Amino acid sequence: MIAFLKKYEGLWLFVHSPSAIVAAMVATLIILGAIFASWIALVNPYDLASFSLFDGLLPPVWQDGANPKYLLGTDDQGRDMISAILYGARLSLIIGLSALTIAAVIGVGLGLAAGYYGGRFDAVVMRIADVQLALPAILTALLIDGIARGILPAAIQQDLRVAVLTLAIALSLWVNFARTARATTFVQMNKEYVQAAIMMGQRPSRVMFVHILPNILGPLLVIMTVDLASAILLEATLSFLGIGLPADSPSLGTLIRIGMQFMLSGEWWILWIPTLFLIALVVSINILGDFLRDIFNPRLR
Amino acid sequence: MLTIKDLTVKFPSRFGDFSAIEGVDMTIKPGEIHGLVGESGAGKSTVGAAVIGLLQAPGYVANGILTLGDTDLRDLTAAQAHEVRGDRISMIFQDPQTSLNPLMTIEDQLVETIQAHSDASKTAARRRAVDLLEDIGIQNASQRIKAYPHQFSGGMRQRVVIALAICTDPELIIADEPTTALDVAVQSQVLDLIKQLARERQIAFMLITHDIGVIAQVANRVTVMRKGRVVETGDTAQVLGAPKHPYTRALMDAVPPLDQKIDRFRVPAADDTAVMQGDTAERWLLEGQQYGLTGLALENLTVTFTGQRTSLFRKPSHYVALEDVTLTIRPGSIMGLVGESGSGKSTLAKAITGLVTPTYGTMILGDTVLPFGSSRSRHHSSRQLVQMVFQDPYSSLNPRHRIGDILTEPLRFYGFVKDPAERTSLAASMLSLVGMQPDAIIKYPHQFSGGQRQRIAVARALLARPRFLICDEPTSALDVSIQAEILNLLKELQARFGLTILFISHNLAVVRQMADDTAVLRNGKIQEVNTTEVVYQSPQAKYTKSLLAQTPVMPKSWRH
Amino acid sequence: MVYFIVKRMIQSVFVMLAVAFLAFSLFRFVGDPITQMTGVETSVVDQERLREELGLNDPFVSQFIRFTGDMLQGDFGYSYRTRQPVADMITERVPATLELGVVALIISLLVGVPAGVYTALKPRGIWTQTILMTTLVGVSVPTFVIGIMLIFLFGVQLGWLPTFGRGGTVQIGNWESSLFTFSGWRALLLPAITLGVYQLTLTMRLVRAEMMEVMRSDYIRFAMARGVPMRKLHYKHAMVNTMVPVITIIGLQFGGVIAFSIVTESVFQWPGMGLLFLESIRFVDIPVMGVYLVVIAFFFVLVNLVVDLLYVAIDPRLRLRELE
Repeated sequence: MIAFLKKYEGLWLFVHSPSAIVAAMVATLIILGAIFASWIALVNPYDLASFSLFDGLLPPVWQDGANPKYLLGTDDQGRDMISAILYGARLSLIIGLSALTIAAVIGVGLGLAAGYYGGRFDAVVMRIADVQLALPAILTALLIDGIARGILPAAIQQDLRVAVLTLAIALSLWVNFARTARATTFVQMNKEYVQAAIMMGQRPSRVMFVHILPNILGPLLVIMTVDLASAILLEATLSFLGIGLPADSPSLGTLIRIGMQFMLSGEWWILWIPTLFLIALVVSINILGDFLRDIFNPRLR
Repeated sequence: MLTIKDLTVKFPSRFGDFSAIEGVDMTIKPGEIHGLVGESGAGKSTVGAAVIGLLQAPGYVANGILTLGDTDLRDLTAAQAHEVRGDRISMIFQDPQTSLNPLMTIEDQLVETIQAHSDASKTAARRRAVDLLEDIGIQNASQRIKAYPHQFSGGMRQRVVIALAICTDPELIIADEPTTALDVAVQSQVLDLIKQLARERQIAFMLITHDIGVIAQVANRVTVMRKGRVVETGDTAQVLGAPKHPYTRALMDAVPPLDQKIDRFRVPAADDTAVMQGDTAERWLLEGQQYGLTGLALENLTVTFTGQRTSLFRKPSHYVALEDVTLTIRPGSIMGLVGESGSGKSTLAKAITGLVTPTYGTMILGDTVLPFGSSRSRHHSSRQLVQMVFQDPYSSLNPRHRIGDILTEPLRFYGFVKDPAERTSLAASMLSLVGMQPDAIIKYPHQFSGGQRQRIAVARALLARPRFLICDEPTSALDVSIQAEILNLLKELQARFGLTILFISHNLAVVRQMADDTAVLRNGKIQEVNTTEVVYQSPQAKYTKSLLAQTPVMPKSWRH
Repeated sequence: MVYFIVKRMIQSVFVMLAVAFLAFSLFRFVGDPITQMTGVETSVVDQERLREELGLNDPFVSQFIRFTGDMLQGDFGYSYRTRQPVADMITERVPATLELGVVALIISLLVGVPAGVYTALKPRGIWTQTILMTTLVGVSVPTFVIGIMLIFLFGVQLGWLPTFGRGGTVQIGNWESSLFTFSGWRALLLPAITLGVYQLTLTMRLVRAEMMEVMRSDYIRFAMARGVPMRKLHYKHAMVNTMVPVITIIGLQFGGVIAFSIVTESVFQWPGMGLLFLESIRFVDIPVMGVYLVVIAFFFVLVNLVVDLLYVAIDPRLRLRELE
């Protein structure tokens, strides 16, 4: 009985934690909205033909002069705000998740190996990480972007925008994964079940992935949520600075940049709707991350 | 003068209030050393914590009377309770390393404590501190006092901890496993110190420990606890020598004697563990007997580690873990390896299994020379023939694998059984053989107790059909009664299946029970090797003699 | 201990060299310096001559050595965009960024550390819950959004503070500082708060986690058992021990501050290095990009070295060896 309850303790805690539930709901809603954007949204913000300037600058439905078709108003190009933020969220999530996955694969792989082999290999990986750490995330991302701009011929630059952005963010995040994976691997290496496996003569790859990896997933999962939030924020920041996604395929960050122009002139919704949406998304991810961290750290309970 | 009556401590949890201790009675007079003994989960530490008012939140005292002299300890405000701490009651913990603030000098910590409870000036306090340190055996105290905790050795640190506890002249000191982390020689000194303090300063001690030998050596009276309740209490000689309660009797039966070898421990038949039967597994293991009995010979084995560079000018220092170890383990016998922490016993095990590369020497298993660790191929036969049972049951099984997967891994890896279904049934049979229910196959390690996990670990080792088994402190983390069961199990298995065992432990009494021959290791060098009888009855080396003399045991005269 | 210091210094030099190498690779492989400098009218022959003069045909290693040598002497090359020496452009902007960064860091420490200590010591108070909730949001809101909100509130709606520029400045030798004028401080306030908020929440969470960990340790329990006064326990014992790991993180945070200054400078049009870097990205002005890289890494490495030395000074375990 106690064992059963212990196994599902995580579930119990979740059900009794109001903030976690709310966060999960919000996050799910946003994610679902992003996935089904093309079905829900009125217009496709990337399809220049689907909206017109005549519909531009309409306020949300509760203000005067609104068009009930566009519940949250439209921006200066005539794009429906709801559609814009749903598509924007989708882009933010795609980039964030892809970058996260790449960073995780590289980081955990290197970290595991560094922890397992130690010695020279570990020293080399750590030096690389040191250098990377000397350049903060934004810097790395900006650099990669700048380099891409310099190397790639202008013709395909636009098409590769998303890929470059993803790569830039991934390269700035892998170090987190690597360091955590390495530290937790070191701890596991001292445990006797690992020594038993090595003694038996198991291949290193089997020891690392079948034996050690399942035991270090906990802290890695926590990092994943935190870094997902970071990745999304990073992309938003880059887009805001004008280096990220352009206005014709906008992410939430781009929308905020556009909206800033209208801050003083009264069309507040163009700025604040995407902003609130972004904040809601990231806050819910962070709450879930905190929650996960508490589950995996039994001492704090 | 300390009176505890009907003490009950509860811990509220999601599933309702849980009683850690219930209805505990105890009295301790000034100058009395009162032992509080019990196995893990008995609640002994909770009693101590309740008395001094440092229960881990959210525990609380639900019921009972707690008085120290005239003071009702339960009737104090938080501030008054804090006053009492240090002034009248003090507490010392198990690990001297973590008990001291690493960033403050010993002097600061002592002076601060003295000044917290008296009006002494800084110089006066300092002088008292120095005198105190000298009293308890730290020479050159006026210089040493300026040092930081990490600069002292383990034994010295515990003395500093004791100094901190007595510098305020308390009436009662609660000592929670004060010598468990110390070497035998140091333990002996600290116990003598406690006796001296009780005698000279009339300080009462509540000595909490799981080590019966310590109680026998030092305590005037003893209370035995089990699962939160008091089972028996009285004079030490009576409780330990002629116990009245069946639990105490069973406990005493499980304590390995130092002076004789008994065949099997008397253990109460527990409800969980089935009688050892597992026909399939037994037959399978006996098939492996065709390889005959295997011995191990070590010649001049030396293992040196290179330390970290700490200075620009000097080369990193070498640490010699094992020096010139020569040892022969007779086929089919049990060789006991005795040594204190840091003696190199684990390094020896790692050298044999290839986890550590020796610098020099030869290892011969049966009639083949064992290649050194770094050059031993992953498929070398020794990897199957030599298996190990580790010390910590909580880290020797992969927490994320099911028991079935853990057990069938050697079968799969060594290619013994091709069919997965057959593997599973063989593993289940092996579980029965070691006294576990076969349905454990689908469960995870965390669902089992320490003793059960060690049985699983033994099963895993056996499923590689080894001829040579290394047991590295296999029972050091287990309660005395569970230890007895596991030792019985090992003896039985060794007899039935002709295993050669290297049994490593720091516990002399345990080794006495298990080993045919004994080797004594100190600082990497073998002090003495002989049959167990000779080593224990007529030891040759000085070190062995002092080890035997300093191990706390129950005097024979007490035994009925 | 000396060995430790020397080892750290060598590590720092290594990191700097690696960064320099990265910057140099940027120069060499991204874009062609010659085409940037000369434009389409210059003949191919002249371009070749220029290439030869500037030593761009020399082997990689010797170019790198020359590059590093030049850097150490303060010659950072010329910007593709403005044709000015990069060194001048950067030194012009350094004071603005540094002042902003340092003030932001101070704000984050002054608020973050006490908040962390408080929330650790009183885990169930109502203020603690409020602070924790706020920091959660603080960590989730991107810096530029905070900047925008502050501008909107204090700049536009209330009109109390300026929304761009540095305000009045005073020239001290080479250093153009805005700290000595009232208008300078008014202009500095919003950007510094924006920059500091993220660091603040990080610091607070870190201090809180460390402190809670320390409060659970055996030596605190033992000190309690000895009746050491609670106040002393909390501050002299717990807080001091907490500071040790916190110092390292503060060093890392400095890097974050400098980096995030890019965003803050963009929002507030603060004329610092970050803004310069941003423009260089837009125009693919490689020399400026490369040098910015090296300068940032230098600051970062320097701060971390100082932090490590501080560490050694504070923690006796690193300084003194065993007596026996």
